Amino acid sequence: MNASLQLDAQGRLRHLLTTEGLPAAMIRHILDTADQFVSVNEREVKKLPLLRGKAIFNVFFENSTRTRTTFEIAAKRLSADVINLNIGASSTSKGETLLDTVYNLQAMDADMFVVRHAQSGAPHLIARHVKPGVAVINAGDGRHAHPTQGLLDMYTIRHYKKDFSGLTVAIVGDVLHSRVARSQIHALKTLGVPELRVVGPKTLIPADVERMGVRVFHDMDAGIKDCDVVIMLRLQNERMNGALLPSAGEFYKAYGLNASKLAKAKPDAIVMHPGPMNRGVEIESSVADGHQSVILPQVTFGIAVRMAVMSILAGQAPGGSA
Amino acid sequence: MKIEIRGARLVDPAANTEANASLFIAEGRIASTGKAPDGFKPDEVIEAGGLVLCPGLVDLAARLREPGFEYKATLESEMRAAVAGGVTTLACPPDTDPPLDEPGLVEMLTRRAASLHQARVHPLGALTVGLKGEKLAEMLELTEAGCVGFFQANAPIRDLSVLLQAMRYASTFGFTVWLRPQVADLARDGVAHEGEVATRLGLAPIPAIAETIAVRAIVELMGVTGARVHLARLSSARSVALVAEAKAKGLPLTCDVGIYHLHLSDRDIGEFDPLANFVPPLRDPRDRDALRKGVADGTIDAICSDHTPVDDDEKLVPFAEATPGATGLELLLPLVLQWGSESGLKLPATLGAVTHRPARILGAEAGTLAPGAAADLCLFDPKSPWIVSPLALASQGKNTPFMGLELSGRVARTLVGGRTVHLA
Repeated sequence: MNASLQLDAQGRLRHLLTTEGLPAAMIRHILDTADQFVSVNEREVKKLPLLRGKAIFNVFFENSTRTRTTFEIAAKRLSADVINLNIGASSTSKGETLLDTVYNLQAMDADMFVVRHAQSGAPHLIARHVKPGVAVINAGDGRHAHPTQGLLDMYTIRHYKKDFSGLTVAIVGDVLHSRVARSQIHALKTLGVPELRVVGPKTLIPADVERMGVRVFHDMDAGIKDCDVVIMLRLQNERMNGALLPSAGEFYKAYGLNASKLAKAKPDAIVMHPGPMNRGVEIESSVADGHQSVILPQVTFGIAVRMAVMSILAGQAPGGSA
Repeated sequence: MKIEIRGARLVDPAANTEANASLFIAEGRIASTGKAPDGFKPDEVIEAGGLVLCPGLVDLAARLREPGFEYKATLESEMRAAVAGGVTTLACPPDTDPPLDEPGLVEMLTRRAASLHQARVHPLGALTVGLKGEKLAEMLELTEAGCVGFFQANAPIRDLSVLLQAMRYASTFGFTVWLRPQVADLARDGVAHEGEVATRLGLAPIPAIAETIAVRAIVELMGVTGARVHLARLSSARSVALVAEAKAKGLPLTCDVGIYHLHLSDRDIGEFDPLANFVPPLRDPRDRDALRKGVADGTIDAICSDHTPVDDDEKLVPFAEATPGATGLELLLPLVLQWGSESGLKLPATLGAVTHRPARILGAEAGTLAPGAAADLCLFDPKSPWIVSPLALASQGKNTPFMGLELSGRVARTLVGGRTVHLA
């Protein structure tokens, strides 16, 4: 359904809005491109001239430090000019519409918008209204999608597991509100993961999620049994003591990842988390810092994946298009 | 003034008949069909070969946007849209600004509408003051001012004891209580039907039980209050089943569905299309199919346009922030014809859902071609295709998910009280 908006007639990436409908070849192209940037990031001078002269606007209608920073670093390593805007605190609070804000920024000759917004679909709206040649990257919209996070997770899994075709992957926790989970599910299905599970209490699993090709588990031990990859989701504290969950403690007891639960997974299973982590709520410190955790490499790979997406959108990726 | 409409396909849904015949009008009323009354000499002959002549459409929900929302639409523009769509009688919900909760407001609206000499307007008064769901509106006074029923529009009554008393009070005088069934706390901030689509798109969900639990509660309250109730805008298959049960028990319950809900489902949200944002939400295709069947078998009494003029600025926003609703008055007839044709219904049965069946709910003298009835008529070409475009719509509200599509069925002429009020 998204092919029309984020891919052009030749199948090239025009915007990155969601991993849904993103062809496997395009995902692999992004991951392969990211591979080349990982090595750049290990150099002493971590800068490439690929996006020199391009203006990238980080337009965050919703607060975020980590994601905005990683996009900023990625853009700067590609030599782009980066402008950070925390819109939530300015224009829209004065009554300006979302599209007016975007039109104004576009008039400042933006080449690319990195957009975070509290409403699902806001980056789609922007992508529909920007000038041809201006690209939109979704940096998280509502509970819909966070495609670069999903892709960096794919990069991480491929890095450690090499191949997706035999994997069992579990996504654990607040699937209901998680844009990350949705992006992971679409990408993992496209890449051919045969066994994809979501694990959590019924209050945090959205209706008909099985239609996305996942199996639902409410028992953590059964859900992560024999898994190759265990992805823990962030639980938002504000949702902890409402009607969705009785308490953080009770959630941790049932679904927090500790060493004994992790022992149900395969011995070489990797543990992932999109961050920021709540230790003692979603994950025990010894697991978060343990040898199976790849949480910090995820962050490092995230820079390379975002560099890959930006350079592909700008038509400047090393190695050409997919 | 005597008029002969000659050679049309006469469709009378109230009598369940259709035949090629002429219709004769005298002094604003239907004098006869088929054979001219003795000594009838027409002042005007309208040649109508190849066209269908039926009673003017009766629409149970058309927002005229006055008072308070004149920037979205005006009485002039929407009354013009009504007759352009063949609608000769319409009920307007009280969700204006201020809401229709005072007799003076109702009188002003009916006076203004009457002065335009177009469709007949039947206002629905607010059930509670300010539609706040707290204090009962002055139903007797509002009825004297012209209200034909009392509606909460899309505003919830959270306190069931208020609803209980509203129904008790209304039933004292035999007034009909109109309710859009929804448990507000189950809908919360939801914007889309709870199911596969909302889950995939990450849109906050409204479960079908938000509607069905409300239907059950209303039916229970009917049992103890004796109130006559009209359920507005059903959206789910389960609601249709619950209404069928209640009707089988003999409760004085009627209901309607919006035309868009017969044609669209949550799949039509596509890539967050704000034009597919409706209240109640578009539900899944099984619900849509049950609604279509419900109208065909009579469980659902009427189809309405749920006409909601919305300006562009209110749709050029993310899906969840879009003002729900779409323009409907001029799409009602073609979309009803399409539903009827796809359901294998004959024209009298098809048009019954937008003529005599809703007229009965309003208690309006409309929806029939019987001699003596007001000559409120719609003459249309059932085959004539037209493309939905901003220019083709008289309504100030141009937003519809059908924009750019070709529909069949175009109104050629609309008469109210024997007077031509629209001529294509």
